[in-house]
Amino acid sequence: MSTAMVEARGVRKSFGSTEILKGIDLRVERGSVTCLIGPSGSGKTTFLRCINHLEKVDAGRLYVDENLVGYTERNGRLYEMQERQTARSRLNAGMVFQRFNLFPHMTVLENIVEAPIHVLGRPRNEITAEAQVLLDRVGLGDRGDAYPRELSGGQQQRIAIARALAMKPKLMLFDEPTSALDPELVGEVLDVMKSLAEAGMTMVVVTHELAFAKQVADQVIFMDQGVVVESGPPADVLGNPQHERTKAFLSKVL
Amino acid sequence: MQRQPTITTTAGQTPVPSPEPGDSIPVVPLRHPIRTAIAVVLILVAISAAWDVAANRRYHWDVVISYLFSPQIMTGAGLTIVLTVVSMSVGIALGTVLAIMRLSANPIVSTISRGYIWFFRGTPLLVQLIFWYNIAALYPVIALGLPFGGPSIVIGSANVLISPLGAALLGLSLNEAAYMAEIIRGGIGSVDKGQYDAARALGMNGGKLMRRVILPQAMRVVLPPTGNQVISMLKGTSLVSVLAISDLLYSAQIIYANNYQTIPLLIVASLWYLLLTSILSFFQNKLERRYGRGFDVLTRRIRRPKTRTA
Repeated sequence: MSTAMVEARGVRKSFGSTEILKGIDLRVERGSVTCLIGPSGSGKTTFLRCINHLEKVDAGRLYVDENLVGYTERNGRLYEMQERQTARSRLNAGMVFQRFNLFPHMTVLENIVEAPIHVLGRPRNEITAEAQVLLDRVGLGDRGDAYPRELSGGQQQRIAIARALAMKPKLMLFDEPTSALDPELVGEVLDVMKSLAEAGMTMVVVTHELAFAKQVADQVIFMDQGVVVESGPPADVLGNPQHERTKAFLSKVL
Repeated sequence: MQRQPTITTTAGQTPVPSPEPGDSIPVVPLRHPIRTAIAVVLILVAISAAWDVAANRRYHWDVVISYLFSPQIMTGAGLTIVLTVVSMSVGIALGTVLAIMRLSANPIVSTISRGYIWFFRGTPLLVQLIFWYNIAALYPVIALGLPFGGPSIVIGSANVLISPLGAALLGLSLNEAAYMAEIIRGGIGSVDKGQYDAARALGMNGGKLMRRVILPQAMRVVLPPTGNQVISMLKGTSLVSVLAISDLLYSAQIIYANNYQTIPLLIVASLWYLLLTSILSFFQNKLERRYGRGFDVLTRRIRRPKTRTA
């Protein structure tokens, strides 16, 4: 059996005196799609941000590609990583945000080639050609010269996906990628995500799109109040939930 | 390349009268009689004032013209430009450092920045200039060495090292840095927090994140007040005339001390200040457009046809 891409053991996280994550255990297999669902405030987004160390884990262990996130283990002690080291470890995962967070002062193409050039140090002409391929892949091959503000939300989110893919991540994290979109634009983003899943990308998706979860996910995890309530294949968790809280949530959402 | 407009207007939803040629109704534009009357009065006032200024012989326009390009005035203007450019550059550089220090998570670093800003904004610039001019009274000798009375290498006498010009540059730069720090801090604060997340998720950190993502976006907010600062610096350099530095104003003062043509020479100096601030405003405009890219979608659109017809 191969090792998991993401493995969490008793992950805890507090903001001030509020405990957001109360011991999360889960595994994300390589090449699989995991959807995190649950009511707002359940800690899904916080957990996703922990995977990329945008939030610091307070307790427990979180492994991405067999590396402990944010800490180095030596002689039975955990040492907090240097910022530079953290930045490098973040390269394993690409992240897509609810509010897109494209760089507004750069064109679409500049957004995509920015980090490959200035973080990975790759030659501009090489990465520009790759960026064009990525743009074609998300169906926006002709918008390289546009500025993000000139695009619709759905187009911006597809660019954001292309930007994350340009770093050749092993894992893609999606934080409610369609929540800020007008309903008619949700489909185009989900289509790109589906094709990405079909291409074998490991994905962790925080989402409210249960139809997407049902269709694409290998594993659905229902979180509530900082704990994993229920997890398993979508047919089980969404189709035949065992816990009251899952049932209550699904009845409200569906 | 033709770019299709992505901003959908409400025109598509609201029924607009069809502009068919047959049923067009003639439109009578609204008249503004009071507005017109006020405009006429104002134009008359402006013309009479201009006529008065031109006709009043006591302005001595002949003297103004004869001194406008005199070598002494030109040298003074040159020095004013040098003072402005150097003080502003140092002020912006040091101000950026102070702004980043002020935002630091390290409480000591941010407190030091806060203290600096408190001190240099809280004391009059004129006092600071005179202070630096008289620094030799406090520190007759300038030396590099270890603190608390450790060994040191003497560099030279303060009176020699800190010339009046040096004192002026020190005073103006250090004072400016305090103001620029606050302006830049405001600019950095205006950048969406999601931009930090996005940049970090792409593996950027520290200086690269600041230089490539945050500061270019802060520029848009920083530029207009900085333009103000440059212009007030240009005029503020006239304060250094108290240190007997022959900047533009002091050069004019020297001339009128001899020929008693006070008003004409002040006009000469003012004309130069006006010219220089106009040039600066022009460049401010250009820079604002440069850093507005991607934000002011509409200005881009409006500008494009203009360049086409030009």
